[in-house]
Amino acid sequence: MQLLVIQRILGLLMMVFSSTLLPPIITGLIYKDGAVLPFTEAFFLTLIAGFLLYLPVCRQKRELRLRDGFLVVVLFWTVLGVAGGLPIYLSGVYDISITDAVFESISGITTTGATVIVGIDELPHALLLYRQELQWLGGMGIIVLAVAVLPILGVGGMQLFRAETPGPVKDTKLTPRITQTAKALWYIYLGLTVACCLAYWVAGMSFFDALSHSFSTVAIGGFSTHDASIGYFNSTAIQFIAIVFMLLSGINFAIHFTAIRNRSLRPYQRDAEFRTYILVLSVVSVITIGYLQLQHTFDSTTESIIEGLFQVVSIGTTTGFTTAEYHSWPGFLPVLLLYVSFIGGCSGSTGGGIKVIRILLLVKQGARELRRLVHPNAQIVVKIGKKAMPENVIEAVWGFFAAYFAISALMILMLMATGLDQETAFSAVAACLNNLGPGLGDVGRNFASINDPAKWILCFAMLLGRLEIFTLLVLITPAFWKK
Amino acid sequence: MNIIILGAGQVGSTVATELSREEANELTVIDIDQQILSDLQDRLDIRTICGNGSYPGLLEDAGADDADMIVALTNSDEINMIACQVASSIFHTPTKVARIRSPEYLRRPGLFTENSIPVDYIISPESLVTEYIYHLIEHPSALQVLDFAGGRAQLVAVKAYDDGLMVGRALRTMNEVVPGVDMRVAAIFRAGESIMPSADCVIETGDEVFLFAAREHIPTVISEMRRLEKPNKRIMLAGGGNIGGQLAAMMEKDFQVKVIESYPPRARELSATLDSTIVLLGDAADPDLLLEENIESMDVFCALTNDDEANILSSMLAKRMGAKKVMSLINRPAYVDLVESGLIDIAISPHQVTIGALLAHIRRGDVVAVHALRRGSAEAIEAIAHGDRDSSRVVGREIQDIKLPEGARISAIVRGQEVIIAHHDTVIESEDHVILFLTNKKKISAVEKLFQVGFTYF
Repeated sequence: MQLLVIQRILGLLMMVFSSTLLPPIITGLIYKDGAVLPFTEAFFLTLIAGFLLYLPVCRQKRELRLRDGFLVVVLFWTVLGVAGGLPIYLSGVYDISITDAVFESISGITTTGATVIVGIDELPHALLLYRQELQWLGGMGIIVLAVAVLPILGVGGMQLFRAETPGPVKDTKLTPRITQTAKALWYIYLGLTVACCLAYWVAGMSFFDALSHSFSTVAIGGFSTHDASIGYFNSTAIQFIAIVFMLLSGINFAIHFTAIRNRSLRPYQRDAEFRTYILVLSVVSVITIGYLQLQHTFDSTTESIIEGLFQVVSIGTTTGFTTAEYHSWPGFLPVLLLYVSFIGGCSGSTGGGIKVIRILLLVKQGARELRRLVHPNAQIVVKIGKKAMPENVIEAVWGFFAAYFAISALMILMLMATGLDQETAFSAVAACLNNLGPGLGDVGRNFASINDPAKWILCFAMLLGRLEIFTLLVLITPAFWKK
Repeated sequence: MNIIILGAGQVGSTVATELSREEANELTVIDIDQQILSDLQDRLDIRTICGNGSYPGLLEDAGADDADMIVALTNSDEINMIACQVASSIFHTPTKVARIRSPEYLRRPGLFTENSIPVDYIISPESLVTEYIYHLIEHPSALQVLDFAGGRAQLVAVKAYDDGLMVGRALRTMNEVVPGVDMRVAAIFRAGESIMPSADCVIETGDEVFLFAAREHIPTVISEMRRLEKPNKRIMLAGGGNIGGQLAAMMEKDFQVKVIESYPPRARELSATLDSTIVLLGDAADPDLLLEENIESMDVFCALTNDDEANILSSMLAKRMGAKKVMSLINRPAYVDLVESGLIDIAISPHQVTIGALLAHIRRGDVVAVHALRRGSAEAIEAIAHGDRDSSRVVGREIQDIKLPEGARISAIVRGQEVIIAHHDTVIESEDHVILFLTNKKKISAVEKLFQVGFTYF
């Protein structure tokens, strides 16, 4: 472990990311509705803290090793998540507690979108933009951004990149140089955001709302500038735009990259994960819409279709925007949607959950076991598309799946121990671990009413979910710390 | 530059390591062994693809469409040739470099042309290493001998000893010590660190000095740093493989050569092709055999098998038994540093030799040769200056006026047949071969730029 090198990089990253507090300050100055001072304070605090970390070790320039990468990524997400709560706490809106400020910040940066603030509409603009910006930074990944803008990370960039990228296969690079790969990802991300913002704007949002919502849509976050989320706008066009951009952001960005470079749609068609992703969302949409119709939840068929589709895509990609009170939908629908959120987005996207590719591998592996029962001597490889998957990837997916469910079971028990009822505990864990946002029961609208210990547990769950469990879990294994 | 490298073996991965150090290069490495690729990707900022590198589909995945260069370094000559053919026919890759080992192919120069097998540059590590060792045996006191301008000028690395004329003196007195011989100290390495050879610099015992001079002056030049050793006469080669065989064939006219080969069919083959060389069947680490063949009167013992450990051990044995000088072929870079301080006089790293030749083709500007020195920590570059005072940044200028990047020095100029040792007021003319010495490899692109001609020239 090269702690000094880690400290240097951490200091450097904190200094760079203190600059993300500047846009809210500018917003505050434009709208003149307060919260400029807390952001300025937080800006200098973060900058100075980073500088103090960096200064004593600025000459430590060795390459990062594999283990250092994990530590840097986890520390950075944790430190930034906690430090991100600083301006929220300093702003003192609704006498917010430290726990709530940190919860809000981590929920933002992990693109969960679970909020503890009620009365969002009355918040100062600076704070509103800040919450959305946190999601946007967390969506593509703050480390990926750091690798793109800080070429000094060198080879170590790859170690960091790998610890943050979602998906079972992490070695695929879009371009030979890691900085170029990171840049390419961010350009696509930026492009999607701009397109989304313009579309919202044209569809009737104010520019501020359009920008804010484009941040949280493309990041698959779920924060909104209104208590009623997307439902506030009451516009089919806006819902439709949101559906399209949530779908796009849930796709592996590597496929976007290939498609743009080759100027063709074939890469999408060829990708097995993408096809499964669309299939899952379509099937669930049909079931949802059908059931809503059957139960006469909405007055008209059109409304059922739009609300059903919107909610399925929003929950299925783990965004967590709401237009209807989905948690009070009839029968099995709320739980079905939560289950879909476990599948989540594609690998290499901004979505959360287990990721479609892993589910696909699990299903194929299950099918292989069945075939083996019929043909005990058959040599069967698990294929994705037309490519055989290495056995170690499949083993890793099994390990991931087991860990995911063991951890959710454990957390549900812990939440129930703090006094939450079963439905709330289950849905809160699902919503946080999958980086979804809204749950059921007491956490259907927001997380304001639950107790403080439960919030801290859920903060941990959100980080676990965003860093895909193992990156964080590996730090608590003794082997990691042995020399 | 966008470069595809085929084969991540010893040569391939060393090349990848070297090239990926330079910011401007984007590397994709192809190999059939996923494990090697994963290890490589952990260390280097490159993209790796697993599969057979001569398949068009795979080359396409590797970005052959916009690759500037393909370097085929697999251990199969045939795959390398086909890969270049595919890259040329389908992807129109501008520069194609292939490693070709078999002398059977190399003997027919007409084979590798644009219309038959389109390989622009052939790298033949065995021939390069053979030549390298030959130089070392030719100049017994040198650690490294490099050719420039077709061999008219040479760079030698010499270790300074107490008995050298210049040792203990400042460089400015060099002309008084050996009048009439024009030469240049290109660099000095003291305890592994490079020091700038200024006029006041005093040479100490143990320094590794890089000297530049015309070919005929080399023995005189070496004598300034140490007492000249007697010319080598009796050579023993352990291992009669590709390198051993070629080397024996080159040397047998001028030296008394003995080759030890342990594989009977190969030993037979060698004795059939070689004339005056004595081919011995046996184990190079067998003391009885060495004793019988008068190891104590050998001037040079050269271990050239494929096995690093066997080479090191047999050389150490030979040294202990009385061989005057031992050299050993060592592939692993980690071993090279380890053994050179001990019993073995010269460790030869085939990769460094190969890479120097390869790097020359990768440089922009009109760079003719690039040699890695000190196991890659420094480079000697030969570049041709083109254009005139307006279009070039070097032509028509005195050396002191040229804005060289930090750590770079112009050592000499070869103009036609003449070797001119660079002085501060030497003026560079068009078509001069300029020989530079670079201790900071990060500045190499700055040197390349220096020798690129402005657009007005064309």
